[in-house]
Amino acid sequence: MSAPTTAPRPTGTAGGATARRRRRGPRTWLAALPLLTFTGLCFGLPLGAIAFGAVTRTDPTTGATAVTGEHLARSLQGPYLGSLVGSVQLSALTAFLGGLLGVLIAQALVTSRSTALRGAALTASGVLANFGGVPLAFAFIATAGISGVLTQLADLTDLGWNLYSFTGLTVVYLYFLTPLMVLVIVPALDGLRPQWREAARNNGATGRQFWRHVGLPVLAPSLLGGFVLLFGTAFAAHATAAALVGGSVPLVTLKIADALSGNVLTGQENVALALGLDMILIAGLVMAVYLPLQRRSARWLR
Amino acid sequence: MLGAAVLTTLSACGAAPDAQQPAGAASGDAKGKAQPGTAASVADLGGMDALVAAAEKEGELNVIALPPDWANYGEMLKAFQAKYPKIKVNSENPDASSADEIAAVKSRKGQKRAPDVLDLGIAFARSGAAENLFAPYKVTAWDKIPASQKDADGRWYNDYGGYVSIGCDAARVSTCPQTFADLLKPEYKGKVALNGNPTKSGSAFGGVYAAALANKGSFADIQPGIDFFGQLKKSGNFIPVESTPATVEKGETPISIDWDYLNAGYAEQFKGKGVDWKVSVPSDGVYAQYYSQAINKDAPHPAAARLWMEFLYSAEGQNIWLGGHARPVLLPVMTQDGTADKDAVAKLPQVQGTPSFPASAELDKAKATLAEKWDKALS
Repeated sequence: MSAPTTAPRPTGTAGGATARRRRRGPRTWLAALPLLTFTGLCFGLPLGAIAFGAVTRTDPTTGATAVTGEHLARSLQGPYLGSLVGSVQLSALTAFLGGLLGVLIAQALVTSRSTALRGAALTASGVLANFGGVPLAFAFIATAGISGVLTQLADLTDLGWNLYSFTGLTVVYLYFLTPLMVLVIVPALDGLRPQWREAARNNGATGRQFWRHVGLPVLAPSLLGGFVLLFGTAFAAHATAAALVGGSVPLVTLKIADALSGNVLTGQENVALALGLDMILIAGLVMAVYLPLQRRSARWLR
Repeated sequence: MLGAAVLTTLSACGAAPDAQQPAGAASGDAKGKAQPGTAASVADLGGMDALVAAAEKEGELNVIALPPDWANYGEMLKAFQAKYPKIKVNSENPDASSADEIAAVKSRKGQKRAPDVLDLGIAFARSGAAENLFAPYKVTAWDKIPASQKDADGRWYNDYGGYVSIGCDAARVSTCPQTFADLLKPEYKGKVALNGNPTKSGSAFGGVYAAALANKGSFADIQPGIDFFGQLKKSGNFIPVESTPATVEKGETPISIDWDYLNAGYAEQFKGKGVDWKVSVPSDGVYAQYYSQAINKDAPHPAAARLWMEFLYSAEGQNIWLGGHARPVLLPVMTQDGTADKDAVAKLPQVQGTPSFPASAELDKAKATLAEKWDKALS
């Protein structure tokens, strides 16, 4: 496939490209220094602090610090493990559903001829994707909570609806995850060239065959990337869940908040840090699946 | 509420003149007396006037985690400011938790911005004292504080508290529940809430403790309380919404287990807004809990911190808490000597008997059990 070749190189580097580029290496590295410093300060230091706190214990009276695996072990037991599992379940489910809905909506937008609809939908997505936290929770409490408008009008409680549950939380999360998926997947769908479909059709492929052999393989990494983004967003969400379900749906972010800034449990800070480290590891694992695939798709979608 | 506010401000204004110290007194009095940072009583500083002078010289007081709509703290800050206009009160992060307060003390050690005084949950007062974070200081009223409610060295002492109570919107609920046993009735389906998650919120924890006492549990055994809420959840009566003034006003939490001073405050706040909030202290689960005051050992304004404490434990300060329906620690003494505000006392929800308090070890065990078992019982 000869489709989009890379943009022509700036004339300054024309000729002897590789050798020249290699010589320029150190200087370009220098240009990245501010970024590296920023990353180191804003991500590296906190990560180091979390890791340090997770594996050490400071005696409150003597002030002596010793290495211990106790906090990490506790973070993988009992209710703490339950909260990790709960978070992964909720995030995976909402990311899957949100991704599916988002793709369907995005495909409808891309194939639609109405630019007004497209503009309106994308703007709305941009707004809704950022509508989270306590305001969102309260909006849902007012509409679909126990004394919410919708609940009262449609007698939802009798139908078994309960906003303050795993299901309720899933619906609330989808409210901001779906628009987020629309936003990230529309450019990828735009990149799916109509010529490819025409070429496939000329060769006698059905619509299903086109998607099976061309569309989905090209889109797969973008889809997975969207899923990873949604997973991460749901995994790290805290305020909405805290305002909505309190302690009744076990989530790791809520557990961290309980241990770190509560009025009840004392001396749990290090377990909270260990839980934070667990979260980073899970996010890292998910990213590890995503990155190689993303590199593959970069060839097609420019 | 408004009337009380005006009264307090007026009385505070009336008291203001004795705060007007001649400027010269501030510089001259330090000689031969303890530095404010080490003073363990007002006598160490050479009396109340010297303390006021030293505090006014510092000119600032950093407080943290004092929500204006909680136990009348808004009034408390206003009254202090009115009485000592030369001291600027910096109120930081009103909704912070006890853990946040301790974190602020530790992370800002030696800084100007560190909190001077702390209002802590009892467990944090105890652990903070064990970590040597607090300055020992015995207020003038020290001897009147019951021994079970203070640290023998004066590093912390209880300030105000209340009982676990059941608040109920009589406009939405036909018969208000009076006891924990009542809460299990099918008519309360989808109506019963706590003020937060008991592994995080002190009042919600108190609710579970009280429920344990109501169900054959004890201070050493909180499990029956956890089981009780598990049962409430299973029957569909319990809703995990954290009750707040907003959810109470909206009718989202028609029945809320909370401190009696907060519930009594809601009753006043929402009178005439379609919310007929009734408060009862359940007779089957009587549980009281007090918060504690402490002075940061490295307080940037040590004299102002001590003056704040003297203010809190004066009749004036104690009556301000009382005006917010909280029970100040000196209430029994003040009822005897007639300094307690009788109208405010009459408004307190009725309770039989005197409160008892769990020992440190019992409390720790209850919290550990709760952290371990709450999730499972509720999911």
